[in-house]
Amino acid sequence: MMANEGSDTKTPATKRIDEPTGTEFVGHEWDGIEELDTPMPRWWLWTFYLTVIWSVVYMVLYPAWPLIEKGTEGVLGWTSRGQLSEEMSLADQARATVRERIAGTPIERIPEDAELLQKAVAGGAAAFKVNCVQCHGSGAAGSQTLGYPNLNDDDWLWGGDIKAIEYTLIHGIRQPGDDATRMSAMPPYEGVFDDAQADAIVDHVLSLSRKARPNAVGAGLYQTNCASCHGVDGTGDRAQGAPNLADAIWLYGDSRGQVRQQILRPRIGMMPKWEGRLDSVTIKMLAAYVHSLGGGEDFVEAANSAVEVDEQP
Amino acid sequence: MNSPNNRPDDWSAFTKVKTERADPLYESAKTVHNKRIDGPFRRFKWLVMLVTLGIYYGTPWIRWDRGPYAPDQAVLIDLANRRFYMFNIEIWPHEFYFVAGLLIMAGIGLFLVTSAVGRAWCGYACPQTVWTDLFQHVDRFVDGDRNARVRMEAAPWTIAKLSRRVFKYMIYLVIGFWTGGAWIMYFADAPTLTVDFWTGQAAMAAYITVAILTLTTVVLGGFMREQVCVYMCPWPRIQTAMMDEKSLLVTYKDWRGEPRGSVKKAQKNPGEFGDCIDCMQCVQVCPTGIDIREGPQIGCITCALCIDACDKVMADIGRPRGLIDYATLEDCEAEQAGQPARPAWKALMRPRTFAYTLIWGAIGLGLLFALGVRSHADISVAADRNPPFMLMSDGSVRNSYTIKLRNMESQPRRMEVALSGLPGGRMWTETISNDDAAPSQTFEVPADQTLSTRVYVMAPAGTEAQEFTLDLTTLDEQRESDSAATKFDAPGDN
Repeated sequence: MMANEGSDTKTPATKRIDEPTGTEFVGHEWDGIEELDTPMPRWWLWTFYLTVIWSVVYMVLYPAWPLIEKGTEGVLGWTSRGQLSEEMSLADQARATVRERIAGTPIERIPEDAELLQKAVAGGAAAFKVNCVQCHGSGAAGSQTLGYPNLNDDDWLWGGDIKAIEYTLIHGIRQPGDDATRMSAMPPYEGVFDDAQADAIVDHVLSLSRKARPNAVGAGLYQTNCASCHGVDGTGDRAQGAPNLADAIWLYGDSRGQVRQQILRPRIGMMPKWEGRLDSVTIKMLAAYVHSLGGGEDFVEAANSAVEVDEQP
Repeated sequence: MNSPNNRPDDWSAFTKVKTERADPLYESAKTVHNKRIDGPFRRFKWLVMLVTLGIYYGTPWIRWDRGPYAPDQAVLIDLANRRFYMFNIEIWPHEFYFVAGLLIMAGIGLFLVTSAVGRAWCGYACPQTVWTDLFQHVDRFVDGDRNARVRMEAAPWTIAKLSRRVFKYMIYLVIGFWTGGAWIMYFADAPTLTVDFWTGQAAMAAYITVAILTLTTVVLGGFMREQVCVYMCPWPRIQTAMMDEKSLLVTYKDWRGEPRGSVKKAQKNPGEFGDCIDCMQCVQVCPTGIDIREGPQIGCITCALCIDACDKVMADIGRPRGLIDYATLEDCEAEQAGQPARPAWKALMRPRTFAYTLIWGAIGLGLLFALGVRSHADISVAADRNPPFMLMSDGSVRNSYTIKLRNMESQPRRMEVALSGLPGGRMWTETISNDDAAPSQTFEVPADQTLSTRVYVMAPAGTEAQEFTLDLTTLDEQRESDSAATKFDAPGDN
């Protein structure tokens, strides 16, 4: 029987039917195992035709064929970029009410509305990650090596209430071209003090936070040269951005060498103004976020008499 | 043994194909037109059907008062809020082991049932069986009993046949729709969802679920029926492995029944024929269309309708009942050897059954115990790592943490969180001001929710990095407590 089938395969003209299935043989045989020419299942064929039709419809409706300049556009005019901008504008619309409320609330009143504050802080956190982390770090911890201040602690050069933070954000620090920017400069004392004097004054400055023994010479020099800005007791002056020298926080480091360098050849930081680069609502949200990091101070009206405030306490 | 039909469970058909290549490899399924029968087992099936369908359709409508903060549906799988309610039990996602435990109990319960009463699950309680039964009754209601239905199937397509079929399929669809419709009620407040569903306000998922379940119910229950049991379901295969000589089976007692012969033949030749008169009643009533007289087989779901049918015939012709009966292989051997038949309940008394019962009960008690002693208040803490600690201007060290306070009761609770093992430590939060920093703080945790909040912990200058715990106590009469250990980071070597 096998032999017969084998000889049949040599003459493909004769159709042979596999009896149990009623299907034609293809004509291939391997060791007595033969291949049947089983037709595709009908549902499979229909599915295939459907996918062909689908692809044609798809090619008409959507961008499909790459051409030399650009691809075919499709009659629906859909683009992935368009879809994104649509989604973004939807998201913006969803945020619109919150942004309006923030815009209409003076910055110092935002903490009074817990829900609004929460939203402002969340928005500020997002904006911080885009605009601020480059210098202040993703955890807002700054960098002593690079001289970027830590925003989590309770030591503020220019004030740590929410309004003062907003002001710093708007006008920047030592921002050229902004009349209202926060401006101050630690003068270099290189050449003014000799080595022994410099050592003495370093001793005195470190002694303010009990890191060195008091030095009478240094104290005298300090009172003459430094106290006008840093205060008689070294607690600094926020009006001029003069740092508190009596606390545990040192922007440029607390080693003798670092303090000495800061007296003789001071490093001076710069913070760009964000007015004009970010809208006022985003700036408010950033202020709320920075204020929320743990070191924020309560807003006291008397301390900011220059700023107009509603009558409400 | 050359059986007249070529059902796939008759393996001789396959061997024949291999050797002779004469029969087709398969044939399309023949519709089973099972005959109506009444008897104790049929009545029991009715009862099971009533109870199971009643539970399925009725459960979502049972109300259960849980106070103003929780839904009042007795059984509710609240996917949106990730809660599972079952009467006075409420399960949160982190307690999913309760559900795992229930599933294990269900699994062992099936083993237990199998070891005790064989395929009773298949025969009575399996949804496939119950819905198939329901659809077969619809067939009977529309087209009449077995003979009428056989005729109807063979009849040419006339207007009458067409209208009957349309009518029947409409009922199928209604049953299917009702099945899917009841299903979604477990996932939302049933009365609200019903209104939403009919006013077009329900979630798209609800409509899609109903559509899919309508389809599967009609296809599986209305058309595929016993094919599901024979070809699709893994359970009969697993059960085959769990059967032994002590398992209760629906058994045709061939030593009593064979050789078959009509009443007349038996009267003519007394002593030559067995009790089976080959009336085919057992085959005609079978919902899966098998012949029980061929022995145990995968198609037999042990619904025992053939027992009802045979008992009735035996009663009619005055022979003792139980030619087809629930029996174990061991019983059959004993009976064949002439010993008196053992009552069926004795088959239940066996070590395997006891062992399964023991395991099943132990898991159940364990779950109940765990449910009883579980705490309804939890605290978990995650230390902020960016930055790990913060030096303050007076030299003290501040760490911040995100704590989560879980209130699993359906009423708001006040909870106190206290620092423990951090000398001089004080804490405050984003909402509790720095000025109110204290070694412990009180939080109002909303009903049935987790409160997540950031807390600042400050320790005096010179504090070294160390472990400490946050201890939670609920400020109500229960005074439940929990604690979470974490690390306080500080400047220094580590």
